Formats: sequence, structure tokens, C-alpha cells
Amino acid sequence: MSITSTAERAPLGQRMKRFMSDYPLVPLLILLAILILVLQMLSPGIVNQRWIANTVKFAIPLALLAGCQTMTMLTGGIDLSVGTAATMAAFIVATQAVDNPAPVAMMIALIPAVLIGFANGIGVGVFRVHPLIMTLGTSLIGVGCLQVYQRTVIASGAKVPDFLIWLGTGVTGGFPNALLLFIPVAALLLFIQKRTGFGRLLYAIGDNERATRLAGVKYWQVILALYMFSSVLAGIMGLLYMGLIRAPSLSLAEPLVLPSVAAAVIGGTSIFGGRGSYTGTIVGALILTVLTTLLTILQMPEGARRILFGAIILLVTAAYLRIIEDR
Amino acid sequence: MTGQPLLEATGVAKRYGAVAALKNASLTVLPGEVHALMGANGAGKSTLVKILTGAISSNAGRILVRGQERDIRSPAKARLAGLVPVYQEPSLIPDLDVLSNLRLTQTPVEPFREWIRELGVPDLDLRDMARDVPLAIQRVLDLARALAVEPDVMLLDEMTAALPANLAERVLDVVKRQSQTGRSVIFISHRFVEIAALCDRATVLRDGETVGVVDIEPGIEERIVELMLGAKVEKKRVARKQTEGEAEGSGKTRVAVRNLKVGTKLHDVSFDLKDGEVAGVVALEGQGQDELFAALAGSIAPDGGTIEVDGKQVSFHHPVDAVEMGIAYVPGDRTEALAMQQSVRENIALPFSAAFRNWGPIRMAREGATVQNAIERLQIDTRAQREVQRLSGGNQQKVTIARWIAADARTLLCFDPTRGIDVGTKQEIYKLLRQLAEQGKSVLFYTSELEEVQLVCDRAIVIFGGKVVDILPVEIADEAALTRAAYGLARESHDEVGVLAGPHAAPEARP
Amino acid sequence: MMRLLRQQGWVVGLLALFVVLLVVAKLIQPSYGAGDFGSLVRAVLPYAFAVAAQTVVVIAGGIDLSVAAMMALTSVTAASMMHGASEEYALLVVPFVLALGFGLGALNGALIVFSRVPDIVVTLATLFMLQGAALLVLNAPGGGSAEWLRNLIIGTVPIPGLPDDVTSWFPKALLLLVVLLCVVWIPLKRSRLGLSIYAIGSNQLAAFRSGVPVARTKILAYAFGGLFGAMGGLSLTMSTGIGAPIPGPYLMASVAAVVLGGVVLGGGKGGLLGPIIAVFVLRLARTILTLLAIDPNVTAIVEGTILVAVVMFGAFIAMRSRSR
Repeated sequence: MSITSTAERAPLGQRMKRFMSDYPLVPLLILLAILILVLQMLSPGIVNQRWIANTVKFAIPLALLAGCQTMTMLTGGIDLSVGTAATMAAFIVATQAVDNPAPVAMMIALIPAVLIGFANGIGVGVFRVHPLIMTLGTSLIGVGCLQVYQRTVIASGAKVPDFLIWLGTGVTGGFPNALLLFIPVAALLLFIQKRTGFGRLLYAIGDNERATRLAGVKYWQVILALYMFSSVLAGIMGLLYMGLIRAPSLSLAEPLVLPSVAAAVIGGTSIFGGRGSYTGTIVGALILTVLTTLLTILQMPEGARRILFGAIILLVTAAYLRIIEDR
Repeated sequence: MTGQPLLEATGVAKRYGAVAALKNASLTVLPGEVHALMGANGAGKSTLVKILTGAISSNAGRILVRGQERDIRSPAKARLAGLVPVYQEPSLIPDLDVLSNLRLTQTPVEPFREWIRELGVPDLDLRDMARDVPLAIQRVLDLARALAVEPDVMLLDEMTAALPANLAERVLDVVKRQSQTGRSVIFISHRFVEIAALCDRATVLRDGETVGVVDIEPGIEERIVELMLGAKVEKKRVARKQTEGEAEGSGKTRVAVRNLKVGTKLHDVSFDLKDGEVAGVVALEGQGQDELFAALAGSIAPDGGTIEVDGKQVSFHHPVDAVEMGIAYVPGDRTEALAMQQSVRENIALPFSAAFRNWGPIRMAREGATVQNAIERLQIDTRAQREVQRLSGGNQQKVTIARWIAADARTLLCFDPTRGIDVGTKQEIYKLLRQLAEQGKSVLFYTSELEEVQLVCDRAIVIFGGKVVDILPVEIADEAALTRAAYGLARESHDEVGVLAGPHAAPEARP
Repeated sequence: MMRLLRQQGWVVGLLALFVVLLVVAKLIQPSYGAGDFGSLVRAVLPYAFAVAAQTVVVIAGGIDLSVAAMMALTSVTAASMMHGASEEYALLVVPFVLALGFGLGALNGALIVFSRVPDIVVTLATLFMLQGAALLVLNAPGGGSAEWLRNLIIGTVPIPGLPDDVTSWFPKALLLLVVLLCVVWIPLKRSRLGLSIYAIGSNQLAAFRSGVPVARTKILAYAFGGLFGAMGGLSLTMSTGIGAPIPGPYLMASVAAVVLGGVVLGGGKGGLLGPIIAVFVLRLARTILTLLAIDPNVTAIVEGTILVAVVMFGAFIAMRSRSR
């Protein structure tokens, strides 16, 4: 009964599993490749430079929102108000830009995001409301405010700042301009997670909050900063998304909220906290975007599309879990 | 003690991925015996117990109950086969009352009542929520619940750990009598005294394999330790010699506690903690020591009295206030202090990032050096350092202390830091605490194992009923004296204090 | 014991709050009476079942994000099956839809148990799937409902010997709600299964070690959640006469009412009564805002703020009682 020799002669499946657990991004990238391959087979020639640029363009807003989820999930939380924060920013920038210069309009547009984040932070950090409830509640309030706001500006019309359109839809030398925003943001998120004290605290709080308290961490400070950060990031995403969609609406970013949670989860962020990385989330956002294209090409009825979408979230998470846990 | 074994397990193995928790364990329990299961931490005792009681299933091996192969692949089935465990962590459902807990496990109520009376918990309302019952009592209830179903084989995992002496004594008494009815008990413990007093035979595990089965007889401890560690080790005394220059009272007073009152448990406690000393705190379960440490650590606010640090009165509102004064709390429960999924490094470096001003970029090189220094100082086994949860219990405990060595805390509040860890690691922790004291740091050290006082401390503060009842100099703080003091008996009195005092104060320990 | 008192105290407080709100409604609009109360109960009906579904699952230590989608699917299934069918046929439809809910709920639970994926993710996935299935059954609002089913919640309960003024305060919808909840909940709570549901919510490891079949219990808890969800779906069809494939705002409302009703997210604590009263309170608060002739958009803001404030207050109380 020698264990070491069994380990050396481990079956292929076992070895592959271990490989995947050491490089958790690999299975995700393989899945992405398979999806693209299927897409190419179903509709030959679709995968070209323009398609890639387009896919990236649509994946970026999702990845940004999923960034909010990744950060909050690290502490065991979730931020369901990102859709509202983003929508408010988008709607307000489009209406304010009529009378104000673009930078001013953008600053004004981010104010509600800051307020929502502040309310979330206080609710979760100080009053200890469950993040799911708190963020759903603030998003409800936000939507109400937006509706009231809409009636005050209904006459003045809307105008999307040119800069945002350039950023959201423009492509320079084959690369979407949105990357100019996304790459620094992604780098910042990864830097925060890996190399800052704040990032360390996020992981530690999600893992064991009592331990962080004993180590001298003030929970509410971290949570307040986190949810404000998350909201502002969502607001910035809303500005970008406005430039991409170019038509203000009261539920602009709402449809992206649940996919943003899915992207983070597929990317390997633990919904219970303490585990995850933004790199995985980015791949998760790409996977979901490609999948959406795939389903559109297959001309699936909306109902079947949603079923498949749900099933894939479940399957990927379950498969991922199995790869990760048998280390 | 002869005839067919009640329980016979052979070649039991359990793998978690590539890690073998159990390689080749065997265990034979005869009717009417109390059988000790021994081994250093990580030897596989808990895994074997979990397999035998259906909590996890084995990858290989045969388990016979009364000579028959029985299905024990879930706790309910193991129960039916007559194998009933009492785990280290209480298994009562916190949000159900005791009665519902009994219903849940289909335990008859009347025998249960009798047993809890027998075990010394007469005034229990069965309508109480399990959550509201003190932890030590919960363990006793767990035991009574096991006894009430009259199992063939009862498995007790560290049953007396964290039990106050009076309850422990009753428990041991009941366990001993259990064997006279022809039933058997598997007894897991780190305490030789109990094993010597209680057990008939012992099976020793090392690295997931059964390395020996011995009859318990006088002097067998050496042999068991040898088997457990695979090499002969000597129990060393770590306590410094009482040298003239460093006699008591030489250090500056670091923490002065005056008339401290916390909640309903701690009434009036005053003492000084000096630089360069390890002060022991000794108390039976629930005498207010938890509250004392929590108040000193800033976890809860005291209701009265004062705490002075370096001569200045302080009031702590959050543990960070204590940490900033250089006072660090090391809880006995490792799961309270560690972020289990994070790496050793991140755990040790946690206090560095706590304050708002330190939320920015980390200087990786400097942090790495500090952490490495602490790891070496404590000789933490870092082979599995990517996640703290993969370390053994002893190494985890070292990480909780290493954190504050790295943070250079001036005062450590150690609450039973050696609970449930192996002998080797205990010795290392004793040595470390002494070293810290020699460097002029101060340590407040609560221990539930009285022998540790003379191994580590300079003096012992005894708390009883929420008050300091005695402060014993180390020379006279042997287990007998401490036990007496912990029961609130005066120092001169030599009354008998129960069976435990007997074996504890065995010949060589008497002055 | 104190805990029990506190628990009941919370429920009594909620009840008192409800009565106060009724009085407020009466003060604002003196004509507020039995008829309005009846329509309040009818409006509450789907919410109450959604809350019941959520409560069972939350007590078992889970959360069910798919509750609103479950209601949509069962509602459109019932509506499309009854469309143009005979009145008697509906007698078959009702048990079928209830069984469907129970089965799909069990599927939820089974997926959680066997995939070992966190419940929040699984039910998020089934939220999509059930929504999709609802769209496949009916692409747009439509279908129909048997007359007798619709009549079940219209009008009041005639109680012999009591004057109309009194019986008019007992709408049939309330009777239906109480009967259905009691028929399922009381035997469940008294049974060993009920104990087991509380046990796995309170401490799953301890429950497992106590011999509770954790997997089976969890699956059944979700199944009962599904059953209540199906009742909610049927009540939607009953009150509107059709089925709509787009889920209503029941998820947020159910979670909020569960919290407000004293059931701790995380499991093991609380009962069904608190959340049900809580949902009445929340709906009545909305009615009052409408009575005050407030712009419906502003109403949404106020309602959301009240909700958040109440939940924050509840969390604050819970925190203080924990630290004591």
C-alpha cells in the first residue's frame, strides 16, 4: 500500500485534473476555444478580425460589471445595484451633456453611483445587512429616482458625448478604443487584488471576518471603500456602455447584471468569498459574450436560449468545482 | 476481555486527492475494554474515527462489527451498527432545543436525563436552545446522548479537552464504568494521565499507519511516545531557572489590570503583567477567563475597572486599539484566527495591512523577509503553505503566533495555545514563549493543562468565580496546588480534591 | 427561552405594525373598508406564496433566486392548459401544476446537492432555465382560467351567525391562503423532516453527524419551496385569469419579507408566520402611499427606502442581540 507510487502512476484523468487545478485558467481558455471553434463551424468565416474586435467591444462592459462582482464576492458579498448605478450614469450623462460640456456631464453622472455605493457600504459594513438585500434595495431606490429624474428632463432631449461614442464604438487599427479604458482598469483591479493591503483584506475578510477583526481590521472601513469602488466602477462602465449603445433608456445596463454575476462565477470567483481573481472573470465575460453570439446565430427562440444559458452556468461551475477541489 | 472482537478494522486507507490521510490503519476493540487511539497530530486518528462512524467513507479496508461486515457509510448507518461517536466539536444543532436534538437522533429521553444527572449536569432545562448551553456542557450532553442509546462501541475524541476538571472527572468515571457492562470505548486523548487511569490497551498511529498495539501498564508512556514519534524524545522542562537578577518584580509593569468587571462572568480582577515574564492564568471552565482575555484584546468593552498599559489608562473599542498598543491576542481556536484558504504568508502579514494607511501597495520584498524570518523562528513546516487549511493543527497554531512575532507585538495574550496539538509542537511553543520573555516581552498565558504552568510560566494567576483567588509563584504551582486553587480552596488546606488530583500529583510530581 | 420570547415578540410587533398601518389607512381615507381589505389580500396572495417558498428554503440554509421564475412557469402552464378547456379539466390541472412545482423544486435541490455548486448559483441558473421554459410554454401573456378557480378568491366567506359587516372582513382569498399554508406547513413543521430542515440550516455538519440525511432533507426543502411557488403561480392565474411568462417582482419582495419576518438568512431560525405578516405589512405600506396620492414613481422610491431602512434596522437589532 504505497501511496507515493500510486501518485506517480496516476491515471491520465487524474494528471489532467491536477494540471488544470494548478492552472485554473486553462480549462476556461479551452472552453472559450471550443465555443469559438463551434461558432466557426456553424458559420464558416465568421471568425475574423472584425468579429474579434466586435466581441471584445461587447465583452468589455460585461467584464467591467463582472469586475464589481469579483471584488465584492471576494468578501463574500455581491453587488446587484451595479446595473442601476451604470444605467443612472448613462442616462444622466446623455441628458446632462445637452447643456454641459462632456467632462462636467460625466462628473455629474457619477454622483448617483457614489451615493449608491455609499449607501451600500453603510448598510453592509455598519448595519450588517446581507449584501444581496442591501444592493437590491438601493437599486430599487435608484430606479425610482431615475424615473422621477426622467420626467424633469423629458423635454430637453439627449445627446451622447462624442468622446464616449469614440470610446465605446470606435476601432483603431483593429483594436476597439474601449481597450484604452479597459486595460488600465483591469491592470488596476489585478494590482489591487495581488499587491495592495486593501486587496489582501478583501480576501481575508471573505475567508474569516473574525480573524481580520482580531488582526485589527475595521470591517466597515473596508466594506465602505469596497462598495463605493464597485459602484463607481459600475458608473464608469455605464458611461462606456452609453457610448456603445448610443440610445438612453431606463433599463440600459439591467440585462447585464445577472450575466455579470455569472461571468465572475464562471471565472472561478467563490461566491462565499476568499477565492478568485479578475483574470478568470475576464475570460468568463468573453465566454458569455461568445456564447450569446453563438445562440443568436443558431436562431434559438428566446426561451430555449435562456435555458441553455442557465444550464451552461451550472455545468461550467460544477465542472470547475470538481477540477479545483481535488487538489 | 477475550472472545470475538466487537470491532475489527484492517487495512483502512483514505486518500484526499494526492494526500494520503490514512494508509494502512488497523484497530481491534475487544468487548469491555477502553481502547486508546493515539498518535501525533496528523497521524490519522480523526480520519479513522470519521471512517468508523460513517462521517466519511474509506478508499480501502475491511471493517467488521461483531464479526460481520456492516454498512457504515453514513452516520445514521454507523449508529445502527452500534458505533456512536462524540466528536471534539459539539454536534448539537445550535438552533434547536435540547429536546428536539434528542428527537432528531431518536435518543430516548429518560435514559438521557439519567445520564446527564450522572455526569453532573442536573439542572438542565431540556427546552433550552443548544446555542445557549455553555460549550463544555454541550460536550457532556453529546456524551450523554451517546450513552443513552447504549452503543456497542463509543468513540470519544478528545472528550476531556476543554472540560473543567470537575466535569472531566465525572466523565472519566462514567467511561470507566461503561466498560464493565461489556461495551467498549475508543478513547482518543493527548493526556497520558487519563489514558493511564482509564485504558486497557492502546493502538498507536503514525503517518496513517498502525505502528503498534500495547497494553497499558506503568511506564508504558515512554514506549507509546516512541511509537508515536518514531524516535525517542525526552520531555524537557523549558522553564528558566529562577536566577537572582531576574527575580520577580524586576521588569517594568506592562499591563496593569485593576478591578476589571466584564458582563456576568468576570467580577473583580486585578493583576500586573510585567515586561519579561510569562504569567499563567489558571481557571476552571467559565470562570471569566474568556471575558478577561476578550477585554484585554479589545474585543468586548469592560463594564468596570481599568486597564493601564505602560502606566497610561486605556480604553479599547476595537481589537485594533489593543494591537496599536502592541497587545496581540492568540485565540485557542485556530479557526478563529486564520483565513484558512489564504497562504501562510498572507496570514502572517495580515496585521500589516489592517490600518487604512497601509491599504496601498505592499512592499513585497520587505514583507517577504519579515514573514520568512517569523516562519524560521517558529520552524513552520511550509510544504503546504499555499493554503493554511492544508497545514497540520500544530503548524496552524504556529502561524497564529508567527503573525504577532512578525508584527513585533510587545505583549501576547495566548489563550490555551497548545490545546489539541502534538507533543513536539507544544515543546516548541513553550520554548518560544520563554524566548520572548527573555527578550523583554510579556506573555499572558491561559492554559487548561495545568502541567504547562511549571513548564512555561513565571507565576500563575488563579481565577475562580470571576475573581483572582490566588497568585502562585512557579515553584509551588504544581498540578495539585493549582487544582486546589482553581477550586477556590485556600493554599494551606490539603483537602482531597477528587480523583484527578491523585494521578496528576503522582509520586514524582510531589515535592 | 428568552430567544423564543424574542422571536414571538418580533411577530407580535409586526402584527401591531400591521394594525397601526390599517388605522393609518383608515385615517387617510375614511372610506377605506372591507372591500379594500379584500383587494389587499388578493394582491398579497402571490407575494405570500412566494414568501412561503422562500422561507422554507432559507430556513434550510439556502436561498432560492428562482422563485419568481417558478411562479411564472407554473402560471403559464396552468393558463395554457386551462385555455378553452372545460371547468372539470381544471380539477386535473391544479394537482398537475402543484406536482410540477414540487418536482421542479426537488430538481433545484437535487442540482444543488449533486453538483455541489452553491445554491445561489444553482438557483440563478434555474432562474434562467425556468424563465426560458415559461417563454416556451407561452410566448406572450395569454391562456385562460377555469371560472371556479377564479371564484375561489373573489368575495368573502359567509360565516353563519355573524353579520355581514363582520364577515365582509373575511375575504375568501385570506381563507384560501391560511388553509393552504396550514395544510402544508403545520404537518411539515411537526414532523421529523421539519426538524431536519431546521437542523441542516442551523449547522449542516452537526446535522450530518446527528444522522440527518442532509441531501434528502435539502432536496425536500427545495421541493416544498417549489410547491409553494406553484401555489403562487396558480394564484397569479386565478387573479388575472391569464398567465404571463415574464416573472414579477417577487424575488426581492420574498427575500425582504423573509428577513423582515425574522427568518435569518443563513438558516435554522424563524417560522412562517412572521414572513407572511411581513408581506402584508409591506403591501399595505404601498397601498397607503397610493392613498396619499403620491406619484407612483416617487412611491417606488419611498417603498424602496422604507424597505432598506427596515432591513437595516432589523440587521442592527440582530447585531445588538448577538453581541449581548
